[in-house]
Amino acid sequence: METLSVQIESKSENESLARVIVSAFAARLDPTLEEISDIKTAVSEAVTNCVIHGYEEKDGIIRIECTIEDNELTINIKDEGVGIEDIEKARQPMYTTKRDKERSGMGFSFMEIFMDELKVESEVNKGTAVTMVKKIGNIS
Amino acid sequence: MQAKVKNNTLIIYVNGDLDHHNAEKIKKMADTKIMENQIKNVIFDFENSNFMDSSGIGVIMGRYKMVENIGGKICAVNMNQSIKRIFSISGLFKIIDQYDTASDAMSVIGEEE
Repeated sequence: METLSVQIESKSENESLARVIVSAFAARLDPTLEEISDIKTAVSEAVTNCVIHGYEEKDGIIRIECTIEDNELTINIKDEGVGIEDIEKARQPMYTTKRDKERSGMGFSFMEIFMDELKVESEVNKGTAVTMVKKIGNIS
Repeated sequence: MQAKVKNNTLIIYVNGDLDHHNAEKIKKMADTKIMENQIKNVIFDFENSNFMDSSGIGVIMGRYKMVENIGGKICAVNMNQSIKRIFSISGLFKIIDQYDTASDAMSVIGEEE
């Protein structure tokens, strides 16, 4: 098993940094361009959620932990922000609490679509953690 | 981020990834140009962009809402495969026209580049 653990400041500039770090780690599994693009999108959505929702664009730390086991990449992204009251509602396509900021409400949907598994854990005022799994080179 | 105005059409040259970070900059720039120039149509040119996430959908939908009631169009050109997938999955192609180049879009809109 190989692991990667990084923490970044909750800033919009770091969204691209997170995408680059995780996709460089995933490159060890020799993914296709499409798989890399899927991973980048999912990471981007998760980190953007931490910045906009978790920390509401204020200071904070985002922790990213990844593991590779066989052909499986697991990505865990967590914040210690405001948390989500109703996870089921938050996961619905096009649901957003920030309509005024032109948020599309597609963040969790994209994580679900582009990865094989998505688990969301959250506690109000404690924070949110998303865990995503993607099998690389999965023919099915 | 660069932009060009031609009569009632605004071309936005997306430079780099269209994520939350860049979305804020593009929105501000686009809205200023739209107000100042009585813009009806907006063309997003992705030639120098390889990545877009759901923040980009918000940017495009927001501009669509601004021009749709005056009969304007939103077009997207020069998209790579991964950006096309985001458009397709999110249903953006139902309201946004896609062309290979900005001049193709311009000629359909009825303007010369």
